Amino acid sequence: MNHVWAVAIKELRQMGRDRRTLMVMLFLPAFFLLLYGYALNFDIRHVSLVVQDRDASAESRKLVARFVESTYFELVGTASSDAEIERALDGGTARAVLVIPEGFGRDVARRIPANVQVLLDGDNANTATTVLGYTTAVLREASVGTGTTVTTRLATVEPRIWYNPELRSTLFLVPGLIAYISMITAVVATALSIVREKENGTMEQIRMSPISTPAFIMGKAAPYLVMSQISGLLVILAAMALFGMPMRGDWIALSFVLAVFLIGAVGTGLLVSTIAETQQVAFQVGSLVAFLPTFILSGFIFPIASMPIVLRYASTVVPARYFLIALRGIVLKGSDLQAVWPSVAALGAYAFLVLGLASLRLAKR
Amino acid sequence: MTPAPIAIRVEHLTRRFGAFTAVDDVSFDVKRGEVFGFLGSNGAGKSTTIRMLCGLLRPTSGQADVGGIDVSLDPEGVKRRIGYMSQRFSLYELLTVDQNIRFYGGLYGLSGDRLARRRRFALEMAGLVGREDVLSRTLSGGWRQRLALGCALLHEPPILFLDEPTGGVDPVSRRDFWRLIDDLAQAGTTVLVTTHYLDEAERCDRVAIIHGGRIAAMGPTRELKQALAAREPQDDPDVLPTLEDVFIDVVTRAATVTTSGSAA
Repeated sequence: MNHVWAVAIKELRQMGRDRRTLMVMLFLPAFFLLLYGYALNFDIRHVSLVVQDRDASAESRKLVARFVESTYFELVGTASSDAEIERALDGGTARAVLVIPEGFGRDVARRIPANVQVLLDGDNANTATTVLGYTTAVLREASVGTGTTVTTRLATVEPRIWYNPELRSTLFLVPGLIAYISMITAVVATALSIVREKENGTMEQIRMSPISTPAFIMGKAAPYLVMSQISGLLVILAAMALFGMPMRGDWIALSFVLAVFLIGAVGTGLLVSTIAETQQVAFQVGSLVAFLPTFILSGFIFPIASMPIVLRYASTVVPARYFLIALRGIVLKGSDLQAVWPSVAALGAYAFLVLGLASLRLAKR
Repeated sequence: MTPAPIAIRVEHLTRRFGAFTAVDDVSFDVKRGEVFGFLGSNGAGKSTTIRMLCGLLRPTSGQADVGGIDVSLDPEGVKRRIGYMSQRFSLYELLTVDQNIRFYGGLYGLSGDRLARRRRFALEMAGLVGREDVLSRTLSGGWRQRLALGCALLHEPPILFLDEPTGGVDPVSRRDFWRLIDDLAQAGTTVLVTTHYLDEAERCDRVAIIHGGRIAAMGPTRELKQALAAREPQDDPDVLPTLEDVFIDVVTRAATVTTSGSAA
């Protein structure tokens, strides 16, 4: 135990002296979140809209205003003929065209179902689907406002989405970013700190001393665990402040899940350090090991359910996968520890595995 | 007169890495208080031997007792009885002189009065009294070397391993360093030093010249020189050949034996 302390205190003192690395570790992650959070946004705003108002009534103008006020659409022009509509869609000036037929105002006044036509540019199916969703939402609102039913000729869908009612993709992405950023920080920082000892020759000196490998690893990893935990919580706070991520669950449960996830991440860093001989290699391998599985196989961006079977199996050993389930559960749904227990157990198993492997590799003689 | 007790006893020590034999059937004894030099070019097997003697690497075969402990059976026990210092002076650059001493003291389980006493010893030996709070990064080569030696001696080991200890150090610091080593040996510490500096080897009581994983010659440097002079008469009979001559002679003869394949 004294050995663990000796190493941990030494490590903390080194960190304290190396202010730049410390700042990078604590605050760069939150900054990353800011960058990625705004760049990785699947939401579509400011859809260019062309309107053909054949009715030219107060009601039709009100409907156009609703589209514009929704902020999803931006009125870029009006069309007076079908040819103009076609040109707007073909030329890409409009993603959506709203055609309000004659008699729209009259139908609304009579409180009978009034029809409008919406034409969408379907070249990007994802975008088109999203825009369709917006259109439906605006029309539904208009119906409530006017007391009649305003429908498009398209099929009426009435989805109900829980937890993220506005279907904001940032809310879906931010937990993934938290996982990725926390993972990469912990893995790279831990790996670098050990490989630095190899490069400086202090590792050799330590191995000549009677300290046991587990004691050395614990002393070495503990400060990084504490730092990553602080940094991880800062990222979560930043996600709440910047992206309005809710916190419906319990902070203690969240911290616990984060800690178990980070023990695995620090263990991964240790394992990387047993392979890498230089800090440069450690940095590259560490980033790759943290980045690729977390981005591709964790369900962060690509849903696990739609992966080929081989990748689905591969994703079962990616810790971020379980962390994401637990994190989304606690943060978005307010789940307690009991509800996310299987994920926490999987994270624990991963941590145990990598720490064991790292110990074995470091102790080899 | 009773012979001095044996501090290090090595018998038929061998280490193979796959098909490559790094250390090949090496045997020697080092007496208590002796300064024993391990001389050889890079890759001759010096470091592998030292690593086995320090309990860091398991011997493939053969036996080594260090301080009365079998390195194969109790490598951790060996580590508690030895001090180790290498040319890289293994100090933490971002820590101060005092923090380095305290860290290494902690590794060897020193605390309280003993730590305070040994800390003072290390500071005095390194000549760093009053500079405890200086970052070790800012120390020059000679100071770092003496501080590293101080750290290696904190737990008062009876046996000290020096792995090429004076690389990158100026001649005056080297001389000071060797004075410290002589003092330690006088006080009964056994010192095993690897080097490829011949002037360093000259300061050892005995040297073993290692080549291709085998000990090619062993003895006090003076005797090795006399043996060479006796075998190959020198131009000036009053001047002994240098250790360099001995080294080159031993290594070339060993190489000839190896290539002709007719050892023994």
